[in-house]
Amino acid sequence: MKALLEQYREVTPPGTVDFLRQLGRRVEGKQMLHVNSTRYGGGVAEILHRLLPLMEELGVKTRWEVLTGTDLFYRTTKSFHNALQGMPQQITRDMYDSYLQVNRDNAKSLNLEADVAMIHDPQPAPLIDARPKDAKWIWRCHIDVATPQRAVWQFLRPFVVRYDAAICSLPKFAQRLPIPQFLVYPSIDPLSDKNRELAPEEISRTVEGLGVPLDKPILLQVSRFDWFKDPVGVVEAYRMVKKSHDCRLVLAGGTATDDPEGAEVLLAVQKAAGIDPDVHLLVLPPTANLEINALQRAATIVFQKSTREGFGLTVAEALWKGKPVIGGQTGGIMVQIIPGMTGYTVNSAEGAAFYAKRLLNNPNLIATIGRQAKEYARERFLITRHLQDYLGLMVHLCR
Amino acid sequence: MTDNRAQESFRFVSCMELREILGKRAMDEARLIEIIEEVPPDSIYYHTHSYYLRHAYIQGVFPNDFATWVALHAQDRVLGERLGVLDPFDFDDIESVRSEILTIMGDHLNHIKTVPVCTTGEPFEFVRSHVIEADLDLKVWTLREFRDGLARVDMGAVFNHVCEARLRKGRAPGDFASWIGGREGLGRETLAEDIVKVGRLGLSLEGMRGKILQLCDQALAAA
Repeated sequence: MKALLEQYREVTPPGTVDFLRQLGRRVEGKQMLHVNSTRYGGGVAEILHRLLPLMEELGVKTRWEVLTGTDLFYRTTKSFHNALQGMPQQITRDMYDSYLQVNRDNAKSLNLEADVAMIHDPQPAPLIDARPKDAKWIWRCHIDVATPQRAVWQFLRPFVVRYDAAICSLPKFAQRLPIPQFLVYPSIDPLSDKNRELAPEEISRTVEGLGVPLDKPILLQVSRFDWFKDPVGVVEAYRMVKKSHDCRLVLAGGTATDDPEGAEVLLAVQKAAGIDPDVHLLVLPPTANLEINALQRAATIVFQKSTREGFGLTVAEALWKGKPVIGGQTGGIMVQIIPGMTGYTVNSAEGAAFYAKRLLNNPNLIATIGRQAKEYARERFLITRHLQDYLGLMVHLCR
Repeated sequence: MTDNRAQESFRFVSCMELREILGKRAMDEARLIEIIEEVPPDSIYYHTHSYYLRHAYIQGVFPNDFATWVALHAQDRVLGERLGVLDPFDFDDIESVRSEILTIMGDHLNHIKTVPVCTTGEPFEFVRSHVIEADLDLKVWTLREFRDGLARVDMGAVFNHVCEARLRKGRAPGDFASWIGGREGLGRETLAEDIVKVGRLGLSLEGMRGKILQLCDQALAAA
């Protein structure tokens, strides 16, 4: 079996693996520590599971520590998460105390020795109190903190400013801080079940298994049933396209059972869709990676018509599968869509319908944009670029 | 001319850019000018030259971030076009690039009645870059070896030897042309001059690499 990094040689731009090996030599033998709040579930854990073995292979001694917390701690950090993303939250003194106590306890039990430590998101931020002498500590913020609830940010900020650097996923997520803030886009793993190549029969079997026939062009949006993803706007766009082009619409999203708003959105989408055999609403579990992969590969055009978006990695996933993406002009979607080159950015259902029709009228354009989309994703949004950014930051901080 | 051996080898060194967010943002063209005046040169470099590394294979709307933002977010296509045609290879240093951008923007704003503002809610965010180099352990002595090496290195190496060498390291013709045309290198002055011109064609880095490879192949075929 090939070494892990070698498996990426065929899917990354020429020379990438060789460059990573040489870059790795500059930090060979250094110890790197990652700390977050969960080993499984969620995008951070998913990416760390793939990144860490790659760093090890490059000679960086990498460890991953996970916080142990109480129920109150996790409820508190969930509230922090929402508050930092701009949703008003009620956070009591007990909750703040629990947050600090859990961090103090973990500071005693975790091994925090390393040359460079990357502390992910707000949950472990106060561990900075226990930073070993001479170590470089980075606060890696994965969430959109552009408009945080002031009280929560004021509580966290004194911890954050004591780090050596922070990392954000988009410039607009940066806050005023006296420490350097670096920009590192998130990434997708081209070898994971969600993104790996699929044989045509695997695609058709999976998609038809979901009840979606492959007899007409498919317009697809993959996202949670959330107002900000504008699924109703996507249905409106489909209706306009459908007047002239026979096609199907597939809206595939996460389960809404524990999310009252999600259920409400799903209901609104069902109402908007009405009785139309060519509209498919698929509520998929978080483990449905292969199904998402097959749907994206079967789609003719992918929508991500958000009105507000963090980074929106579903766009990168679709680009990687060679699909033109019509996305809302917001957040990270604008980094991923180059208008006319990898897709189109729009501000309305009408705009989405207009570009969908333009593409459906011109299969050559779909092929050209799809090819460019794949190359752009290859260049910018694969895990190897993410690895390169982390290695580069290590070199920068350790010199 | 045969494929002669250089006295000194050419070493391919690649690079990556670490991007630092400066926390300065503009919501209209007047503020954009003010910040362009005050940001460090590394930020002007990032928004003009680093475009080539970020769009090594696929070209964007315009070949610099200022042009793209005013066209897409301030809906000012005229200024976008004026800034978009600016060729970074026309300049020998970053301050000259900054000065030209300020002149173009100042002239444009003097001739319109209202200052275009961002209509999409997405401000222009200033970033600067730190370049991290890594020696690729690849030395070449002849034009054929150079050509084969260039064909297989990553795009960071092309950027490093073409853009970084010229603008940030003061090696005006770029490393490829310097070595190919230099006495200690291959001494092929005509080929070196042709390679310098490749930078002026408005190509992506992949396009530049392809063109340089083509020139090398022609020179080798003529040998």
